[in-house]
Amino acid sequence: MLKPVKILTKMYDVPEGWTLRAYERAGGYQAAKRALAMTPAAVIDEMKKANVRGRGGAGFPAGVKWGFMKPDPVKPAYLVINADEGEPGTFKDRTLMEKDPHRCIEGCIIGSYAMGAHVCYIYVRDELHLSKERLWNAIKEAKERGFLGAHPFGGNYAIEVYVHTGAGAYICGEETALLESLEGKRGEPRLKPPFPAQRVFFGAPTTVNNLETIAAVPTVIEMGGEAFSKLSALHHLNDGGCRLYGVSGHVKNPGIFEACVGLTLRELIYDLGGGMSRGELLGVIPGGSSCPVLLPDEKVNAPDEKSVLHPWHGQSVLDVPMGVDTMRNLGTMLGTCCAIVFSTETCPVAVMQNLMAFYRHESCGQCTPCREGVGWIDRIVTKLLKGEATMEEVDRIHEVGNGIMGNTICAFGEGSAMPALGLVRKFRRHFEEHATGKPCSAGGRLVA
Amino acid sequence: MAFVLSAEREREMSEILTRYPTRRAACIPLLHLCQDQEGYVSEEAMHFVADKLGLSTAQVKGVVTFYTLFNTEPVGKHTVWVCKTLSCSLRGAKDIIGHCEKRLGVHVGETTRDGKVTLRTAECLASCGTAPMMQVDKKYHENLTTAEVDRILDRLLA
Repeated sequence: MLKPVKILTKMYDVPEGWTLRAYERAGGYQAAKRALAMTPAAVIDEMKKANVRGRGGAGFPAGVKWGFMKPDPVKPAYLVINADEGEPGTFKDRTLMEKDPHRCIEGCIIGSYAMGAHVCYIYVRDELHLSKERLWNAIKEAKERGFLGAHPFGGNYAIEVYVHTGAGAYICGEETALLESLEGKRGEPRLKPPFPAQRVFFGAPTTVNNLETIAAVPTVIEMGGEAFSKLSALHHLNDGGCRLYGVSGHVKNPGIFEACVGLTLRELIYDLGGGMSRGELLGVIPGGSSCPVLLPDEKVNAPDEKSVLHPWHGQSVLDVPMGVDTMRNLGTMLGTCCAIVFSTETCPVAVMQNLMAFYRHESCGQCTPCREGVGWIDRIVTKLLKGEATMEEVDRIHEVGNGIMGNTICAFGEGSAMPALGLVRKFRRHFEEHATGKPCSAGGRLVA
Repeated sequence: MAFVLSAEREREMSEILTRYPTRRAACIPLLHLCQDQEGYVSEEAMHFVADKLGLSTAQVKGVVTFYTLFNTEPVGKHTVWVCKTLSCSLRGAKDIIGHCEKRLGVHVGETTRDGKVTLRTAECLASCGTAPMMQVDKKYHENLTTAEVDRILDRLLA
């Protein structure tokens, strides 16, 4: 059942909601004040109870991640916020930075305190000029008001927050690439371990959180972790709270909507998104372009009572509450919760070409399977669209895609191969049409 | 000729250097300062940044060439970036790009003869819910129609 809430988006409709005045009037910075009077361990405990699964796409429990940060007597710790939003289809973090920057800063204050960090960097992609401006302004206001600096809220725990910008590289959204970039280098992902919590950023322990994850923190403190988690329909799966959902592509009302965790794709597309703007629903990429596509006629196959998906056995995949574990069990990912919808007027081969051109451009080039493999798939699909590729080459997409999976330093490889493998498997008929010279049932285009 | 930052940017550079525990971390912000001033990052600017941060010019050049937004050649006075990734393409980005090419008389990647506008395509600019869209210098223009594109380009070319 659709449960819209107004927590993260509370300030979105408030005139000049991005100013300190408006934010404080709405009760802002009370949570930070309260958190700084608690012990850091108690703050981390609330985060654990809140079951906030990382909002950047990986879905790792944020409280557990915070718990990895062990106080280090020699080295300072750092908190780094990932606001390098660049996953195709994803446009949620930008709304938070533009419309409620103080919530982001308040989250940074609480997170820094909990993890023993005195400096927090928010890594924002350079193109988001308004986001950067609003964040810098919020930092300035918070500092003047005594919420940041040497003595936040009159205490002795110093916290500084800085905005740092990238320069146009999708790969810098990968956390180790982001840290390399923040250190002033090329944004090439690192081998793990060591993980960020083990002294890797300027040689110090570091936590990287997505911007939406950190924006949820003030509410976790305000409501209490458990109450926050229970907002979710998937609280029992340790997937708690509310979050931002996005929908774009062929819907009448594209945009960002807030709801409790457990919204279904049908609700997102037809209720919030207003339904299809053209044709019928052909496919939906659930949470950013790296997530394998789902089709409306796919049914949940989970006869085993122990399966996470068993309660929805036999139902359409569109009616499964979206959560980290439910989507993973459907063979896709929840990702960033920003769905891309395309209609029967769209050629899935053209969808794949568009995405592969993206990944080809954005591969950092360190690992051969990714650098060469993604380019190879892009070339095959481009040939398919021109009617110049054979069935053998369609099958080669599987081969090349599987050759990328698991063979690269970072998850970019899987992130590009998985959607390709999903599309070629689920839209086999369309790929065959292109390879055998039959007319494409969707005209070989993204939009008629 | 040696590269010099304006007095105001010089002050900004000093402030930037205080934010990080190492000098090297200021590399990307400093390169942005240089590009803001000149429109691109020249070899001289790379020497300048390397010198300020105690890096080799090769290290700085490695950074410049990694990131899409750093220009290594002069570009037009304004840059128009049209997003071409999936959500925008599903809502007509191709028509917007074609319209810009026709209106400006250049292909993607080229600059108008008068040096006013460089046309480029961009990968996802996080504006999928307001597609199609384009970025002109530092400003986003969303929910575009060809008529709106005309109004924007007219202002740039005026």
